[in-house]
Amino acid sequence: MAKVRGAVVVENEVCKGCNLCVVACPQDVLSLNKEVNSKGYHYSYMMNPEACTGCTNCAMVCPDNCITVYRVKQANVA
Amino acid sequence: MDELQLADIIKPENKVYGKSKIMTDTPMHYCYGCSHGVVHKLIAEVIEEMNIQEDTIGIAPVGCSVMMYYYLDIDWLQAPHGRAPAVATGYKRTNPKKYVFTYQGDGDLAAIGTAETMHAVNRGENIVMIFINNAIYGMTGGQMAPTTMIGQSTSTSPHGRDVEVNGYPLKITELIAQLPGSAYVTRQSVHTPATVRKCKKAIRKAFENSAKNIGTSFIEVVSTCNSGWKLDPVESNKWMEENMFPFYPLGDIKDSVHDDVEKYSVQKNKK
Repeated sequence: MAKVRGAVVVENEVCKGCNLCVVACPQDVLSLNKEVNSKGYHYSYMMNPEACTGCTNCAMVCPDNCITVYRVKQANVA
Repeated sequence: MDELQLADIIKPENKVYGKSKIMTDTPMHYCYGCSHGVVHKLIAEVIEEMNIQEDTIGIAPVGCSVMMYYYLDIDWLQAPHGRAPAVATGYKRTNPKKYVFTYQGDGDLAAIGTAETMHAVNRGENIVMIFINNAIYGMTGGQMAPTTMIGQSTSTSPHGRDVEVNGYPLKITELIAQLPGSAYVTRQSVHTPATVRKCKKAIRKAFENSAKNIGTSFIEVVSTCNSGWKLDPVESNKWMEENMFPFYPLGDIKDSVHDDVEKYSVQKNKK
């Protein structure tokens, strides 16, 4: 069975840590970082990267346009 | 098969979603979690998909989104408070092949600019009007707007909006749907991925209507103002669902072409 793997890249300096992507993620991949960026915001990061399916929900609700989503289909994975 | 590493996934050919090319690299000045950013992004994506960057003119309002011209790489005009539909009328009439849209908040469109809004729609101008309704004056510090909910506390109604003193919230989208000049009137929201996708379809339809010369397309986006409401972005979304959606229900209100003008026009006496 084919498996879909995804990854998101968050622009740390643009992210304002609004938490909307964390709530929108159906796989609980994203979380807010304990570290802060140069403006003092707890930016979003992939806490659990294996679970990401690249569904783009996080990027859809992101008000600051700082999420880019990548997706690959892995063939023949049990 | 070996497990994929992140570096194998993050490659340009695997990219499925990213920032639109129409968006500039300027970081937005909005508060964290503000709905303005999502709507800006949707407009940029629609312009990019329709390939009309050269032919689109936005009319920036007065309000938080006054500096929208920094964020979308298209031509802009900035209108005085509430007068965006009047400016858009002039631009569209002199350049009928261009796509003209206004982007206004509730203080701009539903308070000071009510007359301009109603008359532009009533004339059936072929423009797109995008109305961000967050039930408060966000930029000036959270004062009561015409669209403020009953009982909602703001800095000028600290004990909640009282109907006896302040009247009822204004459903301007329903009013506009009554006018024969409007072609497409809808109310959307951008708080979940599903509603964001629906809102994008509505914006796309509105821009397509603009080329068909069938009247004004009007999109209300019920949105949040977490700074003005004194809530965090996630709580704001919940507050909006619980308190605003019953009064401002989502969905298409009108989707039609001009009413038959000849049906209403005075018949000339035939001899």
